Amino acid sequence: MEEMLEVVREYIIEEYVEDDSEVTFDTPLISGGIVDSFSMVSLKRFLENKYNISIPDDKATPEAFDSVNKICVLVKEYIA
Amino acid sequence: MAYSDKTRGMYSDILTGLQDAGLFKMERYIHSPQAADIEVEFPSGSSLKKVINICANNYLGLSSHPDVVKAAHEGLDSHGYGMSSVRFICGTQDIHRQLENMVSEFLGTEDTILFPSCMDANAGVFEAVLTKDDVMISDRLVHASIIDGIRLCSAMHDTFKHSDMAHLESKLQLHHDRRLKMVITDGVFSMDGDTAKLDEMAALCEKYDALLFVDESHASGFIGKTGRGTHEKYGVMDKVDIITTTFGKGLGGASGGCVSGRKELVEMCRQKARPYLFSNTIAPPVVAGVIKVLEILSANTELRDKLEKNTEFWRKGLTEAGLVLKDGDTPIVPVMLFNAKLSQDVSRGLYEEGVYAIGFFFPVVPQGQARIRTQISAGHEIHHLEKALDAFTKVGKKYNILGKSKQEIIDMYGM
Repeated sequence: MEEMLEVVREYIIEEYVEDDSEVTFDTPLISGGIVDSFSMVSLKRFLENKYNISIPDDKATPEAFDSVNKICVLVKEYIA
Repeated sequence: MAYSDKTRGMYSDILTGLQDAGLFKMERYIHSPQAADIEVEFPSGSSLKKVINICANNYLGLSSHPDVVKAAHEGLDSHGYGMSSVRFICGTQDIHRQLENMVSEFLGTEDTILFPSCMDANAGVFEAVLTKDDVMISDRLVHASIIDGIRLCSAMHDTFKHSDMAHLESKLQLHHDRRLKMVITDGVFSMDGDTAKLDEMAALCEKYDALLFVDESHASGFIGKTGRGTHEKYGVMDKVDIITTTFGKGLGGASGGCVSGRKELVEMCRQKARPYLFSNTIAPPVVAGVIKVLEILSANTELRDKLEKNTEFWRKGLTEAGLVLKDGDTPIVPVMLFNAKLSQDVSRGLYEEGVYAIGFFFPVVPQGQARIRTQISAGHEIHHLEKALDAFTKVGKKYNILGKSKQEIIDMYGM
């Protein structure tokens, strides 16, 4: 889990953060304005490719994607 | 009565909240035609003040051009005031199709369809040509009207970092499996005045078999050697699949917009785009005016050349005065102040000196990037620009920002 948390955090920083803002495992991503709902699709596709899973659209909600911790909990549900 | 005191109070509280947050927009009433010199009533009820306008989208100075005004009068006489119908019932005149053909000729495209505004063109185009099997990949700084159009479309949506071609390429690779991929950008970005790297974008679109969409609202008529737009500037006139643009800025400044590009895509808009199907098109006098605008711009490049010279003069003057500008070469020249209150104070100071320019701050621009957005016009003469430079120097001195770096201004005023 620790490794996955780091992988997801690094992806989010690389993909979405354009200044020196800090992102912790609990930083609110969508509600905090770091990831806009328009750009969530990249994150979903990254997770699906990286962990070879398929996340149903109705599970990939702004709430479920709102922190690194929440994202990793969601991903673990779909890892065989 | 359904509009109860409780409902009224709810809205009053929201509006008060906007005022308290400094986000309440106030209109300034202009009593003269749109031009370099205007007469303004502000605040409401005050006596008229003559000011130099440096915040209009009147890039070519055509908003009140005598030939355009005359053509609009003649169009009113020959074709009437309104159509009282949408296009496909009984709302299309010969001049509507004439204008569509002229726009195609001017932009170098296969076909064009008029919309009541470019906002409507952007609202209608994506849903007309894309489906849920496709993906739209847009620059993160595209105009709000494109964002609204994207929201109305069932295709998947993703974004790339502003003008970051490596990031765009990674997105094209990520979405390789979609039926169609459409890359979406503004030609000139309205807040920063920078241009999209259309040559690189067109090459990426070819490499990854993607469509290229460009909103040219802040470019048509003056960007590129003959004013055709950003696609001319970057030498990719035949590589852009869809252009949307407006007649409400450089091209006369009245109203109306269009989708121009590959003929099948334009035809899809004619069959399916909802703002086209369910709204009247551009009124006859405005159509006649835009036809005259395109005749003027097709005859020679005098106006866009003058605009280019004015822009050079203005950028050089502001730089020599010691102000911090955003880099670029378009007539949109943002003077960076970083702090929201400072941008409002400087705007007010300029107005007192007889110069009309507006301060922009979050959420219109990113936090800490407040600015005065100046917009130069071929309607400006050098004496207008000299007077405006004097005003900037005077107000700049008052706030001690001349010759100061970004960091020094932030240290003095905060973000």
